[in-house]
Amino acid sequence: MHHKSIRQHADSLRQGEYSSVELTRSFLQRIKQYDGQLNSFITVSEEQALASAKAADERLAAGDASLLTGIPFAHKDIFCTDGVRTSCGSRMLDNFIAPYNAAVVDRLAEAGIVNLGKTNMDEFAMGSSSETSFYGAVRNPWNTDCVPGGSSGGSAAAVAAGLAVAASGTDTGGSIRQPAALCGISGLKPTYGRVSRWGMIAFASSLDQGGPMARSAEDVAILLQAMAGFDARDSTSAQRDVDDYVSPLQDSLQGLKIGLPKEYFSAGLDAQLQASIMQAIDEYKRLGAEIVEISLPNTALAVPTYYVVAPAECSSNLARFDGVRYGHRCEDPADLEDLYKRSRAEGFGDEVKRRIMIGTYALSAGYYDAYYLKAQQIRHLISDDFRKAFEQVDVIMGPTTPTTTFGLGEKTNDPVTMYLSDVYTIAVNLAGLPAMSIPVAPVDGKPVGLQLIGNYFNEARLLNIAHGFQQVTDWHQQMPAQFN
Amino acid sequence: MQWETVIGLEIHAQLATKSKIFSGSSTAYGAAPNTQANTIDLGFPGVLPVLNRSAVSMAIRLGLAIEAEIAPRSVFARKNYFYPDLPKGYQISQFELPVVGKGEVELVMGEDDIRVIGVTRAHLEEDAGKSLHEDFHGKTGVDLNRAGTPLLEIVSEPDMRNAKEAVAYAKKIHQIVRYIGICDGNMQEGSFRMDANISVRPKGQEAFGTRAEIKNINSFRFLERAINFEVERQIDVIEGGGTVVQETRLYDADKNETRTMRAKEEANDYRYFPDPDLLPLIIEEQDIEAERSNLPELPDIKRKRFQSDFGLNRYDAAVLTASRVLGDYYETVVKAANGEAKLAANWVMGELSASLNRQGMDIEQSPLSAEQLGGMLLRISDNTISGKIAKQVFEAMWNGEGDADSVIEKQGLKQITDSGAIESIIDDIMAANPGQLQQYRSGKDKLFGFFVGQVMKATQGKANPRQVNELLKSKLAG
Repeated sequence: MHHKSIRQHADSLRQGEYSSVELTRSFLQRIKQYDGQLNSFITVSEEQALASAKAADERLAAGDASLLTGIPFAHKDIFCTDGVRTSCGSRMLDNFIAPYNAAVVDRLAEAGIVNLGKTNMDEFAMGSSSETSFYGAVRNPWNTDCVPGGSSGGSAAAVAAGLAVAASGTDTGGSIRQPAALCGISGLKPTYGRVSRWGMIAFASSLDQGGPMARSAEDVAILLQAMAGFDARDSTSAQRDVDDYVSPLQDSLQGLKIGLPKEYFSAGLDAQLQASIMQAIDEYKRLGAEIVEISLPNTALAVPTYYVVAPAECSSNLARFDGVRYGHRCEDPADLEDLYKRSRAEGFGDEVKRRIMIGTYALSAGYYDAYYLKAQQIRHLISDDFRKAFEQVDVIMGPTTPTTTFGLGEKTNDPVTMYLSDVYTIAVNLAGLPAMSIPVAPVDGKPVGLQLIGNYFNEARLLNIAHGFQQVTDWHQQMPAQFN
Repeated sequence: MQWETVIGLEIHAQLATKSKIFSGSSTAYGAAPNTQANTIDLGFPGVLPVLNRSAVSMAIRLGLAIEAEIAPRSVFARKNYFYPDLPKGYQISQFELPVVGKGEVELVMGEDDIRVIGVTRAHLEEDAGKSLHEDFHGKTGVDLNRAGTPLLEIVSEPDMRNAKEAVAYAKKIHQIVRYIGICDGNMQEGSFRMDANISVRPKGQEAFGTRAEIKNINSFRFLERAINFEVERQIDVIEGGGTVVQETRLYDADKNETRTMRAKEEANDYRYFPDPDLLPLIIEEQDIEAERSNLPELPDIKRKRFQSDFGLNRYDAAVLTASRVLGDYYETVVKAANGEAKLAANWVMGELSASLNRQGMDIEQSPLSAEQLGGMLLRISDNTISGKIAKQVFEAMWNGEGDADSVIEKQGLKQITDSGAIESIIDDIMAANPGQLQQYRSGKDKLFGFFVGQVMKATQGKANPRQVNELLKSKLAG
């Protein structure tokens, strides 16, 4: 039953084919059986999961259930969970148990979802391969010698391998879409402000956005319906009604205008991967879509801009991890400075340190105008590119990533090459737009993701477009044989 | 060499909101350590700040009170530095775009001495917690109750030229924030703290000298002393051939000296940048109007009204409007005394304020109500008692012996205004003191006072002094 969709499970639970407790047990069993090969979970909260499942069964029996009631799910270990460790993939928070739930955790819990545990990730969401975790690298279920992408690699791997029906992720520069692409699942980064950031450990506050990861666009839509909404505790949360994401899934794609940015199909894009993307575009043509070539002229500036803005914000956001109130504290500090230096030196890994240093430098007196301020100006240019494009088209499509998954350790010593694996996803975060990745035809058995970028708060249309494709293809239903 | 002092002040006024500026924790003073700090104040992972609108209202009120520009859009920024009492590793403040822009205040230094001091800006920010270095056996205790308490930092132009002006300016701001109800002004509890930027330059020179900043002064007296010490120190340094270093200094009240806290080289690079967790603060015209309509009469306006309505001079009017409570008290006295404004001013600024000072009391704590005092002034103006007897009545009322009429009645203090009675007393005294009478009549005018004293003694001070004067003059003349 590990390959079923949320709707199929919801039907089965209602028809009494199995209970949520049974369903949860079977997923916990699969985690025990398979996660040794994947390392996709940092913490499995079996006891809490079974208690939630029991409560879900009661709700189902009482007829008080939502589509998500009793569905086994996993949260990226960046979302705070009351009573269950939230490590953010870091030694710094190895001992941290939040006394509160993230808004996303609360909302899904209210819908009755069953949280199996916390998934592995790049440390503090900084990485594109899920190799920077204090808890060790995550492996790609399609090829365990390869990375699952990152930073939400644990969530992507767990869903792809059928260790959870769906999972939460966060996306600062592609951290939902890139691992979804590399693991062959569907993932959505909502419009900035659509999903509350309360209780989601901050990496780069102006870019971070939580979202759902699942097999199908329909599952993603059902999840987003529960996750989205205004939250007074997050000042950047959008005060705007949540659309119906599920009903419009079936809408026709006739006359849909798809923009293909020429900058997304240039040098650096793997030829086979490009062919796979074009094959998907052809499928859309058959569904009645019209293709328009567009240009996003500032695309090349996205990665350098991101690597000023994100580290700058992270250097400040991570200052609170100082060994004083919670988290890792070094042994026997000699004085205050020693406490800070050793606690942080021991608590953070190399990639986190690298970004703190870059960000501290970018914000320093004398450099602020040249880096941070300039980057903010370029952000406006990038947003403008998209604004103009959406005057012409309904959706922008292209590859989610320039290559398929790569070998473990292949790029860890070359940060810039690693950063470039997010070349197509980063601009979306800088502009705050919603975007999805859905699986298309694999290359050499390795999954390929098609990226769909929508206009602000147009998640419903984006999901409809993704769902239309999944109605006529079955890439999203494929499972790696090893875990099937 | 003649030196000129240049002083600018940064005043931190703790805003009188119920909860903190970015969290719902209480701001009440004096709770057990760390009992008023929630996960936001503690800087836990994933928690977010939400701006307290009442802190914004209070900033707008200050802007209105000093006739400043109120920014339609201002921005919260992070000031980054590490310290154990700064839980997030940054303080949320305003940097490039503050909520209140340029304004000014008027200081009445003397009857014809008005100084206008510019206010550069005022910005909203959160306070840090407290590090407690005693009682922890070589370790430091951290109390985060104060972390996140809203502050309005009011920055002046370097417009003050001596300690007296600086104190007058600080008192003026203190007066304003209390008038408009945005700060309790309690200096012992740290609700009103001052940093002074001080430099000296040769008289006539335009360029400023190098300044030192004296941090965290919590009394007006210390402010005056700290400035005076620092000015002397800087002049000594320069005259001794040295140069003043730009640095942060502390004032030690016990030793009455300032000393180095940290030099400029050790200063932090705060890496300010706009806080991405908070949207820009937008203030609409209607928000400003709402505050304007709730604003009480401001001290300068009240002072001018006191001058024109009550015929007071500028200085007296300024003294009587020093606080809202004092102004209200005075106005009530005037009303109860049937409009005897000058008399009321003399008594409130004289006997009442001296008595309060002796007891170390504020006007709020006065045992004598404004109605009581006014009632007594009525009896002065209708000649029931003299001013001298009134002091006796005042003291009795101060000691809780009832209102003026009952004190006068009980103690028999009613003034003797019967001319016949006074004349007969004068006759008796003249008869009893023939020698003095003769001397007076032969030109020794000074003896007039002796006869007044004798009459007052005989009447236990109750004879109407004006009548005594007149009658004595004619009788002694013979």
